[in-house]
Amino acid sequence: MDAYLTQYIDPYYLRLLVLIGINIILALGLNIITGVTGQLSMGHAGFMSLGAYTSAILSMQFACPFWLALLAGAFVAALFGCLIGIPTLRLEGDYLAMVTIGFAEIIRVFFLNFEPGGKAVGLAGIPQNTNFVLVLVMVIVIVYLNSKLLNSRIGKAWYSIRENEIAAEACGVDTTRLKVMAFTVGSFLGGLGGGLYAHYMFFIRPQDFAFMKSIELLNMVVLGGMGSIPGTIIGATILTLAPELLRVVAEYRMLFYGALLVILMIFRPNGLLGDVRVYDIRKRWGRKEVQANADTNP
Amino acid sequence: MFLEQLLNGLTLGSTYALIALGYTMVYGIIQLINFAHGEIYMIGAFVGLFLVTVLGVNILVALALAMLTCMVVGMLIERVAYRPLRGKSTRLSALISAIGVSIFLQTLLALLAGTNTRSYPSIFNSQTFDLGFAEVSLLQIIILVFAALLMIGLQVMIHKTRIGKAMRASSQDLEASYLMGINVNRVISFTFAIGSALAAAGGVMVGIYYNAVWPYMGMMAGLKAFAAAVMGGIGSIPGAMIGGLTLGVLEIMGVAYLTSSYKDAIAFGMLILVLLIRPQGLLGKKITKKV
Repeated sequence: MDAYLTQYIDPYYLRLLVLIGINIILALGLNIITGVTGQLSMGHAGFMSLGAYTSAILSMQFACPFWLALLAGAFVAALFGCLIGIPTLRLEGDYLAMVTIGFAEIIRVFFLNFEPGGKAVGLAGIPQNTNFVLVLVMVIVIVYLNSKLLNSRIGKAWYSIRENEIAAEACGVDTTRLKVMAFTVGSFLGGLGGGLYAHYMFFIRPQDFAFMKSIELLNMVVLGGMGSIPGTIIGATILTLAPELLRVVAEYRMLFYGALLVILMIFRPNGLLGDVRVYDIRKRWGRKEVQANADTNP
Repeated sequence: MFLEQLLNGLTLGSTYALIALGYTMVYGIIQLINFAHGEIYMIGAFVGLFLVTVLGVNILVALALAMLTCMVVGMLIERVAYRPLRGKSTRLSALISAIGVSIFLQTLLALLAGTNTRSYPSIFNSQTFDLGFAEVSLLQIIILVFAALLMIGLQVMIHKTRIGKAMRASSQDLEASYLMGINVNRVISFTFAIGSALAAAGGVMVGIYYNAVWPYMGMMAGLKAFAAAVMGGIGSIPGAMIGGLTLGVLEIMGVAYLTSSYKDAIAFGMLILVLLIRPQGLLGKKITKKV
């Protein structure tokens, strides 16, 4: 499929598009945990690596069908997400952030010593089953389901936990169950993205999923605007493209990247599209139409 | 054997504690995880190295100058990357800004100094003392004593001086202190300076002790020091000291008696365990939440 597309698109751009898609899926997962529910998670790469390794090992050593390996990876990540969600019931803000960092580091060290995962060398020769069309379809489906979810009772309850947990609880929101649920759904997407990533990159190493990767994903959510799906998509796109666009400045690339983060935060402290939701945009457009009609027909 | 490992652990732990103090002091006042703090520690190690190897300065002078340089760097970072965000943004955007600074400084040092691991010249001879129950090297004694002096100095400063009082007041309630006529911005600047100086001291000492200085050394050390600060109860100064020492000892013991391949996992595993039992950290205050 991709071979056909490369007749029209440069393989380099196609590759970037696929990576953007994968990052969108990963960032949307983190958005549910951190952006929507307000539980600061700095270990999303841990879920990603669980999905990546599980699906890679399944499809390499057990000749598992691709879709099954992907799903299995996502479910393993979701299981751990559920487990990590449980301490959140007692921990607050930055204590929780520390636990998620610790969790991701433990997972990384585990894979560094994990024999079937090739230890520090990593796994090479994963079948390249992920392609552009698949990623595109998945992104569309996930964005659709995600916006449905965020507009449902559950999604609104998640927002209410972020805004004020005690008030939410007083209004009858079962914060315990919903926080664990947010972690489960978010890490499911993390695992799915990890599986897609593994089956696109051919090979994975534990250091691909180190702390910096988690931070990169968190940047996408915060930069785009917390809790906003379009924001997360834009954040993921910009931050995937930024290192590529900054290739012009060669070895100064990361220098600019760091400075860019600071500058963007100073000028857009609440992210590029802080809290803009597809729903709100539609509502605003709708309102404008009414306004226009009102103007023309006094 | 056990006591020697304990001493090794305390040596490592005292450097963690020095870095953790910076995290916890800044957090206590502006509730920001200063992710660039690990980089300050790294810069401290590099400045010390530069002074000792290139300019041939005495190590104590180099240490003092490294601390001074980092004070300036710390205040500069606060001024450029955090102050413009204060009051008008969520804490998370300040965190991202801190991460940006961290990436910036890492890359800057990698460009300036190269990514190779460098080492301090052997300054202290490898003389060891037999204490009867354990062998301890001169360097370990120096590190332990110096770290202890710095921490005592910090405690005295915080409890006996005017600026220390202002810092305590600001950490209780920033707005109220502002209304009482405390120059809050100056207090925050000062907090960054002190924290950075302590981190720089830690950086130079670790550089000499482990003989390895490289631009990415701040990452893991910063994470572990943050873990130590959280373990002790973030915002609490004695907590950071105890957390740092505990983490150092646990890590060394884990490597010595369990397995060395899980070195980094041990520190974080212990942290998670501590937080599951005491969610507010060892010495943290229990915060009652209100609407």
